[in-house]
Amino acid sequence: MIETDILIIGAGPCGLFIVFEAGLLKMRCHLIDALPVPGGQLSEIYPKKPIYDIPGYPSVLAGELVDNLMKQIEPFNPTFTLGERAETLEKLDNGHFRVTTNRGTVHQAPVIAIAGGLGSFEPRKPPISNIADFEDKGVEYMVRDPEFYRDKKVVLAGGGDSALDWAIFLADVAAELMLVHRRSGFRGALDSVEKVKQLSEEGKITLITEAQVVGLEGNGRLNKVIVKHKTEGEREVETDHFVPLFGLTPKLGPLGDWGLEIEKNAIKVDTLDYRTNIPGIYAIGDINTYEGKLKLILCGFHEATLMCQSAFKHINPDKKLSFKYTTVTGIAGFEGENNSQ
Amino acid sequence: MIKITVIDREDQAHELDAPTDMNMNLMELCKAYELPVEGTCGGMALCSTCHVYIQSEHDLPEAGDSEEDMLDQAFFVEDNSRLGCQLRLVDDMDGLIVKLAPVAG
Repeated sequence: MIETDILIIGAGPCGLFIVFEAGLLKMRCHLIDALPVPGGQLSEIYPKKPIYDIPGYPSVLAGELVDNLMKQIEPFNPTFTLGERAETLEKLDNGHFRVTTNRGTVHQAPVIAIAGGLGSFEPRKPPISNIADFEDKGVEYMVRDPEFYRDKKVVLAGGGDSALDWAIFLADVAAELMLVHRRSGFRGALDSVEKVKQLSEEGKITLITEAQVVGLEGNGRLNKVIVKHKTEGEREVETDHFVPLFGLTPKLGPLGDWGLEIEKNAIKVDTLDYRTNIPGIYAIGDINTYEGKLKLILCGFHEATLMCQSAFKHINPDKKLSFKYTTVTGIAGFEGENNSQ
Repeated sequence: MIKITVIDREDQAHELDAPTDMNMNLMELCKAYELPVEGTCGGMALCSTCHVYIQSEHDLPEAGDSEEDMLDQAFFVEDNSRLGCQLRLVDDMDGLIVKLAPVAG
């Protein structure tokens, strides 16, 4: 079990900055994120896009901002549970909270800070009515272990880099590999596109363009997909696996069931300190809402700062909090730990 | 100011007054009128939650690479599919009719 002072749900820019502000007040942090890397939207959606409204940076790439934040919080030794989604919340007798992830990792803390942005990133699922019936019974939304597909018949769908890369990789692994794509052209990296075309000519990949997978069939387990071509109509394709690769999309997910006051897919907070309706649980950044809310990273940083002052009082009701400038005190990491600064 | 008709997912038509001097796009217009358009990524052609079908015969600027890339990952895509966030409101769009695409999973 992981114990900490502030358990942060979401390792995007706002969640990461909580670690810094909490660290100044000697509070430790642990972060949970569904993505395998920190950074949230900045890493997943737009790492190469410049941001122009971070004070002090005329322009900074989203990915660079994440790298800088990671550097900035290093002295406070944050710990992470990555690639797992915060699933359930329990209130314990001592007033602390217990959060368990979808993979069963248990965390406990007196304060929870939800910095979940748009929610957790999950694979986009094609709108095929019975697709849920075949999940883990022939339908997978990501390739975890290529060996899983050895000597199997596999249908991939999608036209982006991950569809192309996996098609190339699995061409030598699967017994038969089909790639289905909506348009005639691919816009992935040029050498991947060329390679797929070459493998198609060699007969190692069956390339079906201007087509979509519209139906799934099987008796308890997938054994057939229905491929609909733009002009040639539908055909049945026998297969062991169907792997749709259409990127990730954010979903509020289980947070919606934690008893928090939700308004338009966002968590209502008091702007005094960004507390939610549950004492000890705060929400900052894109996931919260209040009158005048702006979904800006710089506003989330401000929210993180005020939130930490309140969290300190929640954890230490009898201690007096004295406000200090970093210019005066510098950055002191936690005692007895090997800090890089 | 131009008129744009947006047909929602319940097939109800909304005739909207759209300013052409505010550097607005169709996604932002829909949000301003509180129509059910998420615009999750904020208009960077990175999420496809502003996916619409063009239903009038307007000559619109062609979709750029980033828009086509995103449509590749979207569902219910048709030949008349566009991303609202990539359609900047200009005078030539007067009378444009669009329909909101279904929300995917």
